[in-house]
Amino acid sequence: MASKFTRSNRTGWMMAGPAAALMAIFVVLPFLFAIGLSFTNQRLISPNPTQFVGLSNYEQLLGVGVLTLAPETDTTGAVLRDADGKPSYPSVRSFTRNNDQYPQYDGMREWFSFGLGDNQVYVLGRDIVFLKALVNTVIFVLVVAPVQGGLALGLALLINQRLRGINLFRAIYFMPVVVSIVVVSLLWRFIYDGNSGLLNNLLGAISLGTIPRIDWLGNPGTALGAIIAMSVWQAVGFHMVIWLSGLQTISPTLYEAAAIEGASPWQTFRYVTWPGLRNTAVLVLIVITMQAFSLFSQIDVMTGGGPLDSTQTIVFQAVERGYGKQDISGGSTISVVLFVIVLSISLIQRWLTREKK
Amino acid sequence: MARVSLSGIKKNYGGVEIIKGVDIDVADGEFTVFVGPSGCGKSTLLRMIAGLEDITGGTLTIGDRVVNDLPPKDRSIAMVFQSYAIFPHMTVRENLAFGLTIANAPKAEKDAKVAEAARILQMEHLLDRRPSQLSGGQRQRVAIGRAIVRKPGVFLFDEPLSNLDAALRVDMRMELAKLHADLGATMIYVTHDQVEAMTLADKIVVLNAGIVQQVGTPLELYHRPANLFVAGFIGSPKMNFLKAKVEAVDATSVTVGSPDIGTLVLPKANVAAAVGDAVTVGMRPHHLTLGGAQDITGRVVLVERLGNETLTAIVLASGQQIIVALPGDIEVMAGQQLHLATQAERACLFLANGLAA
Repeated sequence: MASKFTRSNRTGWMMAGPAAALMAIFVVLPFLFAIGLSFTNQRLISPNPTQFVGLSNYEQLLGVGVLTLAPETDTTGAVLRDADGKPSYPSVRSFTRNNDQYPQYDGMREWFSFGLGDNQVYVLGRDIVFLKALVNTVIFVLVVAPVQGGLALGLALLINQRLRGINLFRAIYFMPVVVSIVVVSLLWRFIYDGNSGLLNNLLGAISLGTIPRIDWLGNPGTALGAIIAMSVWQAVGFHMVIWLSGLQTISPTLYEAAAIEGASPWQTFRYVTWPGLRNTAVLVLIVITMQAFSLFSQIDVMTGGGPLDSTQTIVFQAVERGYGKQDISGGSTISVVLFVIVLSISLIQRWLTREKK
Repeated sequence: MARVSLSGIKKNYGGVEIIKGVDIDVADGEFTVFVGPSGCGKSTLLRMIAGLEDITGGTLTIGDRVVNDLPPKDRSIAMVFQSYAIFPHMTVRENLAFGLTIANAPKAEKDAKVAEAARILQMEHLLDRRPSQLSGGQRQRVAIGRAIVRKPGVFLFDEPLSNLDAALRVDMRMELAKLHADLGATMIYVTHDQVEAMTLADKIVVLNAGIVQQVGTPLELYHRPANLFVAGFIGSPKMNFLKAKVEAVDATSVTVGSPDIGTLVLPKANVAAAVGDAVTVGMRPHHLTLGGAQDITGRVVLVERLGNETLTAIVLASGQQIIVALPGDIEVMAGQQLHLATQAERACLFLANGLAA
């Protein structure tokens, strides 16, 4: 029989009160603030009054345009070509700067371009850095979610057996998780060092010096990859533990039944283990996706978004804008955009992985 | 169809001997029940036959093959587990066909075998349901169906009815008996429930502490238990054990006596006992009757009325308590003195070493 103490509504609220108040102050309120600020021109510290600016922050952030340019021709209509035989095009700047005929492109910069027949298609953006950050973040998520989830499952399968000293392995794989990401990032900066980093020395040693030294974090081609690898390593233990808990809920007799029916290890995984992990898989996938979208600390410690914006990310940009540049409304706008992206993806993942009746 | 032969079977876990050399022969088509208290090793023994546990020593033969080192699927066995072990994410049809799916059998073969198993178990209407939509009895039927589809030489049952409620257990017990009659297959059945053992078995193997206590038909075990353990284990309520001393021995009978039972002449031939030996007289509660000769007198301390019989606990002069099962609904009350007649020809006699005389 429940006592009055556990049934009283007032007691319940008083118990939950401190936590609820803290959550309201530090989670709900800032969230609502961010939405509100994203419609203003508020700066972090400014003598000017705040003005409502509608959606212009969003237009500034997400504005993109496509400009298709035909090659320049001479008076006979023949395409003008440069010394390499490539056609030459009018400069993009002539459309995006002070051109009254194309007001929609005003202030935009080239994001990327590609050839389409003789024409050249330019994709323009108002905020190229943010767009790069968006792409980098999406790449990060697309690589980290399957790789980290898969590796974590593999490790979980390995440590889900009765072996002498198995807890030692569990502890080792889990260790990076309990170390602060900032510390891990600092350590990996040494590992990735271009001159005497551990990774370069290791590669040099096993290749007998044939692999050249690479400045992993200083090279636009390798910086994001390096951060992905380190991030996967850091959090894989956490998801391993979640997988492990899922594995341990599967009844051992199901494996015995499968063994009696003659299932091979792969068939056992396919027909017993994987279906039993369905709910765990949804959880792991959504958690990894959300964590990956909020990539910040590694960037802040290791590259600061560089080189050449190759490791810019959404959250890094939000912080950079809001506090670095004191543009709190711009930072808020990025946060809201990120929120919408993560929410939509989580909903889609839930819908895709729903239990089919 | 296959005969099963266990010869000197042993099982150690670490240094602990669980099965201490077991010899059992199960004839082709025989329904054999392993029965014993918890921890007697009966399930371990079954799992060793199935191939789910390694055999430490001895020889296990199924059909004409020694199968000690064969994997479960090659032993021509099918097993039904206490927890059903049906795959929760598969329909009944998929569960029944699991072994065939694993073996890449053609669809026509699968359909035919599933249909046959479903017909035998009368569950055609359940084929497209999922286990979560089935009752406990239906789930166990699916598990039995999956065993039937394998067409094994030997069916192994590991306490298949223990998770069912009492009424359903009685129904399923009858169905299992009918199934055995229909299929004529060799079946080995593990249970701690002696009613299941008595009703289903052609042959019962009583196990205790990893040693076979007695092998025989249900009625042999009931009427001629080989030792005190079997006498106490088979039969409900338990057999009453009364201490006595041998007063006389001749070629066709032995006379025993004690203050509780007076002097009793048991018609046992060639008993290896001498006058003055301490022995134990076993009397089943159903073999004590009211009226007639008044061999035993005691005071009633507890009455349990079951309608068809009345179980009465009686304290004798020495303070020992015995149970008497009196037919019908007899008027007895706590505190009342009862005079009971023994049936000497049905009493058992156990020597000091616990073996039956």
